[in-house]
Amino acid sequence: MLDQLNQLRDNALQELEPIWDSAPLEAWRVKYIGRKGALAQAMEQLGALPKAERGAVGKLANEVKTALESAFAAKTGQMQQRALSESLESEPLDVTLPGRPRARGRLHPATAVMREIYRIWGDMGFQIFRTREVETDEMNFQLLNIPRFHPARDNWSTFYIADSDQRVLLRTHTSPGQIRAMRALHPNPIRVILPGMCYRYEQITARSEIQFYQVEGLAVGHNITFADLKGTLTEFARRLYGENIQTRFRADHFPFTEPSMEMDVECIICHGAGCPVCKQTGWLEILGSGMVHPDVLRNGGYDPAEWSGFAFGMGPQRIAMLKHRIDDIRYFWGNDLRFLEQF
Amino acid sequence: MKVPLSWLREFVDITIPAHELAEKLSVAGLEVEQMQYIGLPRPHGIKNAPSDAPEVEWARDKFFVAQILEIKPHPNADRLTLAIVDYGKGEPIQVVTGAPNIKVSERGMKVAFVLEGARLYDGHATGWELMTLKRAKIRGIESGSMVCSEKELAISAEHEGIILLPDDAPVGAPLADYLGDVILDVKINPNMARCASIIGVAREVAALTGKKLKMPTLNVLARGAAIAGQLEIVIENPELNPRFTAALIRGVEIKPSPFWIQHRLKLAGVRAINNIVDVTNYVMLETGQPLHAFDYDKLVGRAQGSAPTIITRLPKPGETIETLDGVKRQLDPFTILVCDARGALSLGGVMGGAESEVSAQSKNILLEAAAWNYLNIRRTMQAQHLASEAGFRFSRGIHPAQAIVGLKRAIEMMRQLGGGEIARGVIDEYPRKPKKIVIDLPVAEVKRLLGVEIPVKEIVRILESLEFQVSSPKSHVPSSKSKVRGRSTSLATRHPSLHITVPDHRLDVDGADDLIEEIARVYGYARIPISRMNDELPPQRANVELDQEELARDILIDAGLQDVVSYALTTPEREAMLIPFDERATTRAAPTNAARDYVRIENPISAERVAMRQSLTASLLELVGANLRYRPRVNMFEIGLVYWGRRKGDALLLRELASELPGDDALPLERRRLGIALTGARDESAWQKNDSAPQDFYDLKGVVETLLAGLRIQNAAFTPTGHPSFHPGRAAELKLGEAVIGVFGELHPVVREKFDLPAQAVLVGEFDLDALFARVPPAQPLRALSRFPAIAQDLALIVDENIAAERVHALIAQTGGALLQRVALFDLYRGEPIPRGKKSLAYQLTFQADDRTLSDADASKLREKIVQRVRKEIGAEVRGG
Ligand SMILES: [Zn+2]
Repeated sequence: MLDQLNQLRDNALQELEPIWDSAPLEAWRVKYIGRKGALAQAMEQLGALPKAERGAVGKLANEVKTALESAFAAKTGQMQQRALSESLESEPLDVTLPGRPRARGRLHPATAVMREIYRIWGDMGFQIFRTREVETDEMNFQLLNIPRFHPARDNWSTFYIADSDQRVLLRTHTSPGQIRAMRALHPNPIRVILPGMCYRYEQITARSEIQFYQVEGLAVGHNITFADLKGTLTEFARRLYGENIQTRFRADHFPFTEPSMEMDVECIICHGAGCPVCKQTGWLEILGSGMVHPDVLRNGGYDPAEWSGFAFGMGPQRIAMLKHRIDDIRYFWGNDLRFLEQF
Repeated sequence: MKVPLSWLREFVDITIPAHELAEKLSVAGLEVEQMQYIGLPRPHGIKNAPSDAPEVEWARDKFFVAQILEIKPHPNADRLTLAIVDYGKGEPIQVVTGAPNIKVSERGMKVAFVLEGARLYDGHATGWELMTLKRAKIRGIESGSMVCSEKELAISAEHEGIILLPDDAPVGAPLADYLGDVILDVKINPNMARCASIIGVAREVAALTGKKLKMPTLNVLARGAAIAGQLEIVIENPELNPRFTAALIRGVEIKPSPFWIQHRLKLAGVRAINNIVDVTNYVMLETGQPLHAFDYDKLVGRAQGSAPTIITRLPKPGETIETLDGVKRQLDPFTILVCDARGALSLGGVMGGAESEVSAQSKNILLEAAAWNYLNIRRTMQAQHLASEAGFRFSRGIHPAQAIVGLKRAIEMMRQLGGGEIARGVIDEYPRKPKKIVIDLPVAEVKRLLGVEIPVKEIVRILESLEFQVSSPKSHVPSSKSKVRGRSTSLATRHPSLHITVPDHRLDVDGADDLIEEIARVYGYARIPISRMNDELPPQRANVELDQEELARDILIDAGLQDVVSYALTTPEREAMLIPFDERATTRAAPTNAARDYVRIENPISAERVAMRQSLTASLLELVGANLRYRPRVNMFEIGLVYWGRRKGDALLLRELASELPGDDALPLERRRLGIALTGARDESAWQKNDSAPQDFYDLKGVVETLLAGLRIQNAAFTPTGHPSFHPGRAAELKLGEAVIGVFGELHPVVREKFDLPAQAVLVGEFDLDALFARVPPAQPLRALSRFPAIAQDLALIVDENIAAERVHALIAQTGGALLQRVALFDLYRGEPIPRGKKSLAYQLTFQADDRTLSDADASKLREKIVQRVRKEIGAEVRGG
C-alpha cells in the first residue's frame, strides 16, 4: 500500500510537469486530488487495512495529498505568471514613434534676457524701478546735461510727439528714469535698475531698430567711488559670462556721467583672437557707465558734495544677440514663431 | 577723424608701435575705430582695429623710390610710353606705362617703382584685386616692372596716373620708408571736440606717452601795406559770434599745392583743390580751427571799390543764400550770416557762399578765422540738413582763442605756397572774450570720487601734460571758493587744494569733476582698482507690479502660449480695422470703449509707425497673419503698454501717482494690457488621432480661467457682449465685481478679412492688467482636507436653450451647500430625444463632509433638493429621471 501511494505521487507529479493549459490542469486535479480522484480512492481503502499498517499508510497518504495540492497551487501560479508575461509581450510598442506633443509656450528671448538681468542685479541688491516711456525733453535730455541743440544729441535721434513743440518725446534711453528714481527715493540711498523700452528715430535694418530694450542702473550713496563702479560692473560681467571673463574699461563720454566709461568684455565668440562679430578687435562693447554728474545729482535732489553715485546702461538685446549669435535685430519684434521657438 | 601717423609725428615723438598707440588712445576716450596700414605690415595675432580700406604691404626689396631718366615712345602703341627708370640698384630698367601724366621727352620725375614678383593691387580691375607682378609682353615690349598709381599701392582709389613724388625723394629708398604710413580713424566724442585736429590728438598722445608736444611756430612774415583801413568788421550778435579775425594777403598765385600738402589732405580724406583752399583745409585739420578764404577783390567790387565791411548778423525776413554746394537756401531766423553791405556771403561757421569764393583768377585773399556759438551752429546744420568739416568742428565747440592761431598759421602758409605779400597786422573783433577759468581742486576729492589715492605729484604731471596750469599746492588751507562742502570739507581741510587754470583750447572744463575725469583718463582706468561698494544698502523691496506681470507670463506659457513683444508704434487706421463697420468707427477695441486721443509722432520714420498703439489686438492680429503663412496654428500673448492722451479728470493709478512729477500732466497715460490670440487646431498635429478640431471660444475662455486661477482671483463673471470686433454671440466680457476687465471671443469675420487672415476662427482677447492685478487677493488660508470618503452622483438636466450654463451651475452649487464639494459639467447635449429648444447639461456632483462619512442616502437627499430647486427656478427636468 505504501508503495502504491508513492507510485501515485510520482506519477501525478510527473504528469503535472508538462501541463501548461487550464483544461488538462483541471483534468489532472480531478484525476488525482478531486473528490473521486485517485488519492480519495486510495484513502477509502484505508479502512480495509490491518490496524497496524493504518497509521503509517494514513500518514503517507496525507503527505502525498499535501504534496500534490501544493504542486497544483504552484503550477497554477506559474501558469498565471506565464500567461501574464505572454500577454504583456504580445504587440510591443514602436518606441521610436514620436510622443504625443504637449503644447508648450516660451518666453520671448528679450523677456528671457531681461529676467536674467533682473536676477543678477537683484542678487546684487539692485531693485527694479520702472518709469514712463513717453517723456519730456526736460527729463530725457535737459536734466541730464543735454541742452537743446547740444552736439551730444546726435547720439539720440528722437521721435517727438506731435503738437508738443518738441517738449514731449519717446524716451531715447532709460536715463530719464535716473531723475525720476532720485526724486521718488530722495533722501534715501539708491540702488536700482531701470528697465524698459526706448525709441530712436532710426531706419529699421539688421543692425538698428526704432524700439529696443535698455536697462539702466543707478547707485547713489555717501561713499560710492569709481573703483566701486568698476568692481560692480566686473561682478556683473562675471555673473553673466562666467568667472574668468576678461574686461576692459575705456574712457567714453555721456553728458550725464563724469568720468564716463565703456566696459568691454573679451569677445565670447573668438575669445579675443578677432572675428567678424567683434570686428576683429577681440573685444565686445557691453555697457556704458560713469559717475553720476554732479548736475544730475543736483537735479535729482542730491547734494553732490555729500553724495556720489554711478550709473550704467546696457542693451539686453545685444546681450541676447551675442549669446545666441542672432545677426539680425529685426527678428526680435518680427515675432516669427520659427525664431521664437528656438529659445 | 583720420589721423595719419606721419602727420602726428610732426608734433609729438612716437616711440611705440601704432597698435599700442591706438590702444592707449582708445582706452583714454579717443576710440580708434579703424587703422589703415599703408604699405607697412599689419601686425598679426594681437587685438587691433580693423580696416575697411584695402591694404598691401610694400615689400622692402620690391618697392622703391625711383627716378625716370628718359621717356620714349612705345613703338607699337600711341597710348603707351617706355620709361627708363633708375631705382638706385644696378642698371636702369625699362618699363611700359600708359600713365597720361607723363609724356615723351620729359625726364627727372620721381616715381614709385616695383619689381617683378611684387604683390600689389590690380589698377585696372573694377574692384580691389591683389595680383603678383609678372613679366609680360605689352604690345611686343617685354616688361617685368612698373611705375605705380595710388590704387596699385592701396593709397587711394586713384588710377588716372602714376604717383609723382617730390623732387627731393631719395632714389633707391624702400618705398615703405618714404611713404609708408598708418592712418588712425579716431571717433571724436562731443567732449573731445579739441581732438578734431592733428595737434589735438598729438596733445593727448604726449600726455599718454609722457612725451613733449611740439607746437608749430606762429611767426608771420608780413611786409605788405597794413590791413588797417582795408576792411571793417561789425558783429551784431556777440553771443552768437564772439570773435571774428581776418588777415589779408596780396598777389598770390593760385596753383596746385605741393605733393606733401595734397598727400596729407588725401590721407585725411579731404580733396585737394588749389593752394589757397588747401591751406584753409590743411590748417583746419592741423589746428582744429576752421577758416574761410574770400576773394578780396570780389568784396571790394561789391563795395563799389571802397574798403568792404563784413557784418555778421541774423537774416532779414525772406533772405536766402546760395552756398558753395550750389544749393539756394531759405534761412531760419536763428542762422548767423557773414555778410557785406550787399548781402549774405556765407553761413557763419558752416559753409561759404558761391559769390565770393576763391577762383583760379584770385590774387588778393582775405582770410577769416572766427568763433561761433556751438549750439546755434548745430541748430543751423540740422535745420539746413547741411554737414561740413567746419560745421562739425564749430558745432562741437571751439575756443575763441584758437581763431588767431589758425589765422596766423594759415596766412603764413599761403605766403609760402602761393607767394605774395601779407598785409601787416590783423583785424580782430573780439567782443566776447571768455574769462580765464580757474578751478579749485581739493586733492581729497580725487580719492572721494575715484576711490584711489593718486599722488599729488602725479596729479600735477597729468594736468600739466594737458596744458592745464597748476599752481603749487597750498598746504592745509581749504579755499573759501571750494565747491566742496559738508562732510568732505573735513577731509579737504587736511589736504592741499590745487589751483588749476584751464588752457585756452578747452571749453569743456569748468569744475572739479571735469578735472577728475581728466586725471582718471590719463592716469589710466585700468590702474584704478576694483572694489565692492561698502555704502549703506537701501531697503530691499520687491517690485510687486513686475512680479505679477512675470507670474502672468509664466501662467500663460504653461498654458501653451508664446510670449511676444511687438511694436508700440502703429497707425490709427490699422486699429480702426478692429471695428468692422464704419458707423461704429468711434468705438475702440477692448476694453476701453471710449474714443481716446492718439499719441501721434511729429516726425514718423515710416507711414506704418505714426502713433502709439491703443490696443494690443491689432498688433497681435498682424503677427497671427504673418505666422499663418508658415503654419496653421498660432497661440500667442503679449503683455505690453497702450497709450493715449491724458484728459483732465483722468484718474491716475497708484503706480502712476507714486512717480508723478510736476509737469507730467502734459504726458499721455501708459496702461498695461494683456492681449491673447489663438487660432488653428486645439492640439498640435500629430501622428495619432487627436482632437484636431479648431480652437473656439471655450479654448480662449479656458486660458482666461487658467490665468485667473493662477492669480487666485475668484468670482469672475462672464457676460455676453455685443462688442463690434467680435462674432455676434461668440464673445464675452470678463467682469470682476462691477469692473469690466476685458473682452474676448471669436473675431468678427469682417475684421478677420480686413486683417487679411484666412477663413478660420481667430480667438482674441484684451485685458486691462492694471485692473486685473489690483484684484489679486492676498494669500489665502488653506482649507482643511477632509479625511472622509466622497460620494459622486451624476445629474443630467434638460433646460431651455436660453438658460446660461453659469446660472444652472450657480443654482446647483448654492443649493448643494457646504457638503457639495464640486460641481463639474461633463456633457452638453442637444438633439434626439431632447426636444427642440432645449439642451441637456450633465453634471457630476461630489459630496463630502469634513466631520463624518456621508451615506448614499445623505447624498441622494441633497441631489433631490437640487432637482426641486432647478425645477422650480428654471423649469429644469431631470433627464432619464
Ligand atoms: Zn570676436
